[in-house]
Amino acid sequence: MEFFELGKISLLIGFGLIVLGFWGILSQKNIIKIILSFTIMETGVNILIVSLGYVKGKTAPIIDSAVEQGANHSVLGQVVDPVPQALVLTAIVIGFGTTALLLAYAMKLFKAKRTLQINNFNDLKW
Amino acid sequence: MLRNLLISLLLLSFVYIFYNLYVGFTPKTELDGIAAHYADKGAAEIGAANLVTAVVVTYRGFDTLGEVTILFLTASIIGFFLKLTEADENKVIIHRGTSELLATSSNLLVPIIILFGIYVFMNGHLTPGGGFQGGAIIASAIALAILANPNMHINHQIILWVESISGVVFVLMGVLGILLAGGFLDNRILPQGQFGTLLSAGAIPIIYSFIGLKVGAEISNILEKYQKSQKES
Repeated sequence: MEFFELGKISLLIGFGLIVLGFWGILSQKNIIKIILSFTIMETGVNILIVSLGYVKGKTAPIIDSAVEQGANHSVLGQVVDPVPQALVLTAIVIGFGTTALLLAYAMKLFKAKRTLQINNFNDLKW
Repeated sequence: MLRNLLISLLLLSFVYIFYNLYVGFTPKTELDGIAAHYADKGAAEIGAANLVTAVVVTYRGFDTLGEVTILFLTASIIGFFLKLTEADENKVIIHRGTSELLATSSNLLVPIIILFGIYVFMNGHLTPGGGFQGGAIIASAIALAILANPNMHINHQIILWVESISGVVFVLMGVLGILLAGGFLDNRILPQGQFGTLLSAGAIPIIYSFIGLKVGAEISNILEKYQKSQKES
């Protein structure tokens, strides 16, 4: 089994983005940068899920002239897995919701202290 | 220093886990389980050319209902958070004028982008795309309009009504599925039609159009909240 196989490259990109986003969340001080890191990590997870549904040499799960159709438009053995793609559609929307909420929080935090440096929000620290 | 060390240790352990997963992973060579059923029978059962849409709207329609609910919740929480006081609400802010290029091009582009969004969600069962994507495209037109004219007044009543009506129609179509077909959100309450044409796949085009309108309205609502919050003192 080759290390850089075609079906695994997107998996590698997904892992890379997750680690990058996690690093950003842990090490950045600016709240906007932390939120950006969250979205990068989300993108990594989404790429990961989509690439798990990849089937070698198969095409997108859309039945048109590009795929050979069997009886009753059956495309078994022609397309990749549609389920992870549907799940990622859900995940993207949830990700949008969380990002919008995080940005609203960030605006409120900035209104409260006139700064976005996370070090200045130490009210709950002991 | 200790902090950086801990962070790099944590990341290294992540990399180790991911490396093992990566080396041990072999891509599938054929579909199995429920996915094989979707690929084999999906078109005959649902009638949608886009199998992802068949999964999203019908096989797992309940997920989609939850998704729309989460978007609605997000919009209402943001509305609650960024609520303005009476005095701020009536304040008028003089913005630095936007560039002529942006203003003129947004006049040209906004209707075209909205049209494209409608196209995307109406053809969700045939081509890549669907309600969420179409709704996001429509909201991007609103975002462009706000950028071009920061004082733009967005009619809140229209957004409210579009959102409520589409939500109610979505749930009603689901309940009709219980009464007339196999279960909640079953798309066979309408005839399947000719495979691969616009009026096919039963109720999917209607449900997805209303999802598109609802998502577009919700994201526009969030954008409007953000736009108004600049008046906050």
